[in-house]
Amino acid sequence: MHPAKSVILFTTASGAGYGLLIWLALFSATGTIAPDRGFGFAAFVLSLGLVTGGLLSSTLHLGHPERAWRAMSQWRTSWLSREGVAALLTYAPALLFAAAWVLFGTNSGIAAFLGLIAAAMALVTIYCTAMIYASLRTVHAWHNIWTRIGYMTYGLMTGAALMALTGSLWGVARLDSLLGAAIVTTALGYMVKWRYWRFIDGTSSASTAETATRLKGDVRLLEAPHTEANYLMTEMGFQIARDHSAKLRRATLVFCFAVPFVAFLLAYAAGPVLAAILTLLGTLSMAAGILVERWLFFAEAKHVVMLYYGEKTA
Amino acid sequence: MTDLPDRTERKLGLVIDLDICVGCHACAVNCKEWNAGGHSGPLTDTAPYGDSPSGVWFNRIHTFEVNDPETGTGRTVHFPKSCLHCEDAPCVTVCPTGASYKREEDGIVLVNADTCIGCKLCSWACPYGAREYDETEGVMKKCTLCVDKIYNDSLPEESRVPACVSTCPVGARSFGDLGDPDSDVSRLVEARGGVALMPEQDTKPVNRYLPPRARKGPPPQEASGTSEDRAPRMLNHDSGERDGAGLIARWIDRALSN
Repeated sequence: MHPAKSVILFTTASGAGYGLLIWLALFSATGTIAPDRGFGFAAFVLSLGLVTGGLLSSTLHLGHPERAWRAMSQWRTSWLSREGVAALLTYAPALLFAAAWVLFGTNSGIAAFLGLIAAAMALVTIYCTAMIYASLRTVHAWHNIWTRIGYMTYGLMTGAALMALTGSLWGVARLDSLLGAAIVTTALGYMVKWRYWRFIDGTSSASTAETATRLKGDVRLLEAPHTEANYLMTEMGFQIARDHSAKLRRATLVFCFAVPFVAFLLAYAAGPVLAAILTLLGTLSMAAGILVERWLFFAEAKHVVMLYYGEKTA
Repeated sequence: MTDLPDRTERKLGLVIDLDICVGCHACAVNCKEWNAGGHSGPLTDTAPYGDSPSGVWFNRIHTFEVNDPETGTGRTVHFPKSCLHCEDAPCVTVCPTGASYKREEDGIVLVNADTCIGCKLCSWACPYGAREYDETEGVMKKCTLCVDKIYNDSLPEESRVPACVSTCPVGARSFGDLGDPDSDVSRLVEARGGVALMPEQDTKPVNRYLPPRARKGPPPQEASGTSEDRAPRMLNHDSGERDGAGLIARWIDRALSN
């Protein structure tokens, strides 16, 4: 599948933004984080900025961005529509939670309750994003449980890194808890990715060149319908650098999981200044890594329509 | 709405006979000609006379070679493909705007170009490649089963069939109500053992394909041709061609290749 930059940016940025929102709510509800206004302001700007930027970026690949509002209407059948509705609904409790924290200096009681509602809505939104891909039977690499688990894990993982980063820069009292969340979710992220790769490497779609044509025997494309690539082949038959996927997988393992994991672990033991530097390094590495991870999520996915264009399996 | 109708009054669709299709592409050409000015028109082309022409087509004709490993014999099968107007059309249910819909009266799947946002998700959901993105118009286009031709009272009755059907020089394409077991097309499917494509995708296509008939007589004595001396594919994905890639992709490609 063609890895559109706008969609990669949207899924990673909004995932991280929602993840940060979830951690802000959880650490408020447990009383781990004091309602420091400066910290709250920075964290909410970062979280809602990433979410909003991501949502706006997702409209960039549309043929008619000015009609994007129409995408809210078909929530009864369409996961894309559900995602839009959930994203919009999340703003209400999230903004109230932010207002309580930043304007009234509280993140407990009713504010914490609003935060937990926002966190639940954020998780629902990430789930809807994952389901846009997971619901497509045509793409074997997406139509499985790991897509849903992956999107939610990476939202929480990148959110936890941003939470630890903001906390370390502001010198919050309980940075160890924040770093702990980042360490645990990074390890979890690695395990999920490993299982996902094992799944897509070991299985393939039930559709083959034979089921696509229903011809008896060994089916192979003799002549394509045309000499040039068409829309279907460029969108669904993305091939460039797939032979590099092994290298890019290694890059994902190093930048998305290994470097952040070690950096957060060292930050856990280090003093405040060193902890902030290490957390920044870990987060920047993860940011680069998650972009590669998401690029691969698209580039490695094969679509069954390519069975009509010479592929034997999908 | 993108809810699919529980049932449609009729199931209009095509029956394509793979035994007699000669792969002349006339269906694709006449389809383009009619639909360029029809319901979903124009069907735009980009760089039609340039180095790499591309454009929106509702019909594409693939040619496959099928080898029977038991007898060692092969045959060439021309394979026209267009929208199958599925009963459980995934392209309709994924549509976030309601621009895609399946008609209750005849089961035809259409796109409203005035409300389509061009998100391309329907083309991802379709296993058959029936939906194509119109770069110029920014909306999705698809086969309309010539909805503006089959109900057109100003045309003589025998012309009220899809353009691909009326133009086929060998009669490989039939049009009718596949929901009516007594219709000509349903009888044809019954008699020839017509099949649905990719049944495992659970889309319940309406269109049916009639498989090539078994060959008469003994197989040829000598089976020739190994995979090594076969004709090259027209579009070789494995070639080193990277011209189509963007600047960043090419740079990454080069960096990773070292």
